[in-house]
Amino acid sequence: MTIKNRLIATAASALVLGAMLGLAPAAVTADESSAVDAGKKLAFNRKKGNCLACHQIAGGKLAGNIGPPLVAMKARFPDKAKLRAQIFDPRKANPNTVMPPFGPHAILSDKEIDQIVEFIYTL
Amino acid sequence: MKKTATCLAVALSLALPSLAAQASPADDLKAFQNYFKKRFPDTPFDDFVNGVYAIDKGSREQWEAIEEFPPYEIDIEKGEKLWNMKFKNGKNFASCFGEDVGAIKPRYPHWDAKEGIVRTLEEDINACLKGNGEKPFKYKKGKIAQLSAYIAYKARGKTIDVKIPEDDPKALAAYEAGKHFFYAKRGQLNLSCADCHVYNAGNKIRADILSPALGHVSHFPVYRSKWGGLGTLHRRYGGCNKQVRAKPFKAQSKQYKQLEYFHTYMSNGLKFNGPGARK
Repeated sequence: MTIKNRLIATAASALVLGAMLGLAPAAVTADESSAVDAGKKLAFNRKKGNCLACHQIAGGKLAGNIGPPLVAMKARFPDKAKLRAQIFDPRKANPNTVMPPFGPHAILSDKEIDQIVEFIYTL
Repeated sequence: MKKTATCLAVALSLALPSLAAQASPADDLKAFQNYFKKRFPDTPFDDFVNGVYAIDKGSREQWEAIEEFPPYEIDIEKGEKLWNMKFKNGKNFASCFGEDVGAIKPRYPHWDAKEGIVRTLEEDINACLKGNGEKPFKYKKGKIAQLSAYIAYKARGKTIDVKIPEDDPKALAAYEAGKHFFYAKRGQLNLSCADCHVYNAGNKIRADILSPALGHVSHFPVYRSKWGGLGTLHRRYGGCNKQVRAKPFKAQSKQYKQLEYFHTYMSNGLKFNGPGARK
């Protein structure tokens, strides 16, 4: 291979590698996007958030309809802390809710709730 | 005289507000059944014994296909053999329950005034075995379910008519305990029976439809595809409790017997249609 071609090949590989590592310019930081990914995994995990049991969520299949579909979340919860509070203990807003108290009943850890909030907030 | 009687009546109702305010089981029954009639106006009352298949057309077609070759048929045959088997002392189940098999299921559950407890069919099957020197069955599946299936099958079409004797406060207390259990939240997931089977009956949890509590017990014991076999009502109670991450009670525990007492009473007027096949 000529030096010129080798340089082109190296540059191309670097670009591909860079794209794979998400180093292309993005609106979220690497930390935030990893929280969103982690949050999505937790939300869809039956043993963790199990959100699809009751809520339609983009990207999820065979969702239940016991709770409202999770869309327009930023519009519905302009204050992200209120969304977190709702997931932490939904009984505060509605004492008769069937949504589990993920925080007080230790269904999810604080970190897991944070990550789920990051994911839900993108919907 | 009339004035005195009126004063007395007023005084009594003021002094005993709890008695005046407490709904009777009959009031509860009316409210419960009316709720489901309103929620599912297209479902004929008698059809509630078919659970989700009474409220969802798609799954009904699948279920009717399954019922053409009922998965519980062999269990009924085994149950009949159990019914006819002779104990070591020469007696059999008819010695305890009487010869008319079809008359057995409609007697359960009932209040035993002498012992002060609710009696269930499965409990009395084992009482019969123990009373005749035989080893009792396990309570959730296997022989108990097969014999119960045969007894249920012979009672198909008979009306559910659980009685809460008005003159026995302990019977009412057992009913109320069962009712409380049904409506109380429990488990890590903080759910009551009513949360799913009353307030969300007909809604979807993932891809499953929540069955209405009206008609819930009519078709037990049940062949569940999930179990790949037959199971008793208390087996299902335990499973449901586990599903909301609550520690289950034992089959034929006081809690589950009281729950069965309330739960069956709420289906009074419907017809037994066991054993049934469910997802």
